[in-house]
Amino acid sequence: MDNVTLARATMGTSLGFHIVFAVLGVGMPLLMLIAEGLWLRTHDAVWLTLARRWSKAFGILFAVGAVSGTTLSFELGLLWPRFMAFSGAIFGLPFSAEGFAFFIEAIFLGLYLYGWDRLSPLAHWLTSIPIAVSGALSAVFVVMANAWMNSPSGFHLGSGGQLQSVDPIAAALNASTPTEDPHMLVSAYVVTGFVVAAVYALGLLRGRDDALHRRGLVLGMSMAAVAIVLAGITGDSSARFIYQAQPAKFAALEGQYQTQRGAPIHLGGIPIDSQHRVVGAIELPGLLSFLAAFDTNAEVRGLDSFPPGQTPNPVVVHLSFDTMVGLGILIGLVALLFWILVIRTKQVPRRRPLLWAIVASGPAAVIVMEAGWFVTEFGRQPWVVYGVLRTSDAATTAPALGPTFLVFFAIYVALAVTTARLLVLQARRSRAAQ
Amino acid sequence: MNEAEIVAAILWLALTAYAVLAGADFGGGVWELLATGPRAGDQRRAVAEAMGPVWEANHVWLIFMITGLFTAFPMAFGIVSLALYVPFTLALIGIVLRGAAFAFRAHGREAVGEASAWGVAFGAASVVAPFFLASAVAAVASGSIRVSAGRLISDYTAGWTTPFALVLGLLAVAMCAYLAATYLTVETEGTPLEADFRRRAIAAGLVSGALALACLAVAGESARALVISLLGRGFPLLAIALINGPIALAAVWLSKPRIARVAVVAQVIFVLWAWVIGMWGYLIYPDVTIDNAAAPSSTLTPMLAVIAIGMAFLLPSLWLLFRVFKSRNPAAAIPPT
Repeated sequence: MDNVTLARATMGTSLGFHIVFAVLGVGMPLLMLIAEGLWLRTHDAVWLTLARRWSKAFGILFAVGAVSGTTLSFELGLLWPRFMAFSGAIFGLPFSAEGFAFFIEAIFLGLYLYGWDRLSPLAHWLTSIPIAVSGALSAVFVVMANAWMNSPSGFHLGSGGQLQSVDPIAAALNASTPTEDPHMLVSAYVVTGFVVAAVYALGLLRGRDDALHRRGLVLGMSMAAVAIVLAGITGDSSARFIYQAQPAKFAALEGQYQTQRGAPIHLGGIPIDSQHRVVGAIELPGLLSFLAAFDTNAEVRGLDSFPPGQTPNPVVVHLSFDTMVGLGILIGLVALLFWILVIRTKQVPRRRPLLWAIVASGPAAVIVMEAGWFVTEFGRQPWVVYGVLRTSDAATTAPALGPTFLVFFAIYVALAVTTARLLVLQARRSRAAQ
Repeated sequence: MNEAEIVAAILWLALTAYAVLAGADFGGGVWELLATGPRAGDQRRAVAEAMGPVWEANHVWLIFMITGLFTAFPMAFGIVSLALYVPFTLALIGIVLRGAAFAFRAHGREAVGEASAWGVAFGAASVVAPFFLASAVAAVASGSIRVSAGRLISDYTAGWTTPFALVLGLLAVAMCAYLAATYLTVETEGTPLEADFRRRAIAAGLVSGALALACLAVAGESARALVISLLGRGFPLLAIALINGPIALAAVWLSKPRIARVAVVAQVIFVLWAWVIGMWGYLIYPDVTIDNAAAPSSTLTPMLAVIAIGMAFLLPSLWLLFRVFKSRNPAAAIPPT
């Protein structure tokens, strides 16, 4: 395999691995903050037990997130030295800010995890606030940098390709930031909410019908329900922005080959490049034009209208997009059903099919989020900096990328397996101690 | 000092903080690997207790340096990433395995004890990471990485495969162990472990001293430029380091752990800054300088503002962290077995 493919494979694997821990690093501190705060208010020990259990699990999750995030910051240079030499001065600023946010999160997490017996209850609870805030800020800053790769701004290229009038603030506040940033932030809460709910739904299914499991489930589903609605709203505005700003990505995510007024939406199906159409999709006439521009007759530019080598792979992008939207709607419906039942019966639903659906929603939410990143990253191809720098021109020329990929792949497998094993053991031990 | 020099100085300070703080955490891994005697279990526990609350914060200095380097000196970051692909990748593997292994052990001790693969990984990775980071430093300082018109023209083995890089890598590991043992004598003051870590600090101090002299000896061949700069502008600090080294060792020997801690930290700072000041102006000697690699002022000004704001939050937070966990003597509570 060539260096570009290997560099993309390594970066993609690292990002796909890290992001699971990163989103939990955003969402879990908020849940811990809420649970411990409820304990301080009500003196109900169940809330404290929840917070303490989450903090133990989070000790592992945060560390794995921190080291895999370190990998990414190294890999930016190791895999894409030309990209970084070109972009560093323009989009480095949010990374620097993220460095501080991560610093604050790590410091207060040290205080939080190891300070249960050293700090007063109120002081201990207060340490959770900077963790939750800086966790969210980290995500906001990092996604600003990614948004810049989609909507590069804040610089001019001279006649010889040299950078001129660099404005890193304008780069951070690029045109993609207002849609991409909120969408990623709320997605972090979507994943955390559903994953936590899934854990406690499984406990209820196994007959552990106690206050701890019911509250864990309700807290998780609260976060999930609020966040999935916001994810829908922000995702919708994100897609409409892409229609305006990145027409090739939009065409790929909808599998639109011909430029067309009154374009239909394709639900599912596989784009076939040689036939210039999506095979096996359900077509809803005019709906794509309507969703993109609130006008059933609006023109949607097709993949065929771009010169060769300027468009992303529509198969990956379209299937990822439909996975994100389809599964996202499904887990949203699970949350809706859950809350309808809670409001009607005034108690936590115990219907087994619903609980199983919540269990499935945990991994489904992770898949939804990963699919969203597939849409963003594959949809931007063949560019690493949209319209400015091609991915193929940015990769390293260093040797031995193949072994690097294999080693890191093996490390991620080992980290994932051990993390899962330890979390299960923690849960078992906590139950035994009860 | 212009803006670029101020940012460079801040990055060197971050490297210094990383060396004396995270360096000791790597050194803790070395002592984990070398824990012996009837109190081996207690030694490991003391390492884990000392590192637990602070190692993640200490680690972030590295992230700060990386992001700072690619924002302020993007060309230099691109060049070192390319030229030092192999040692950086190996150091990175060490950093990842060390951190993950520590967390797994700290939060799942029953499942992954000392004898498990993660226990071994923790110790081994704690040696690998500083070794290859230091051999990368050797390459940067030795003048082997050559750049022309913003492009790397030396090969992928330049500078980090020399005898000097090997000895500097070993010296870094020994200094990490020295720092860790010295800190641990303070943290275990008044317990039987204090004597264990005192002996270890003496051993690591002697090895470090010997390796430091060996470094100077082999540097003449593969890092002549570094020797010249150390004997030039860097000489005052180098001379202080040569005087301070024996003082630090004497303080350890005479069981003055608190004085020893200050002196060993000072030793790291003197040696690092003898290099920094000796080669001031250069990022990758001799082709990449602070001036020719710096981002435009329109990047550096907001960056300095971000650093100022960030430090206003960071420094009080760090103070709080170390006050809560390092002002008292947590490891003294460990009962002797």
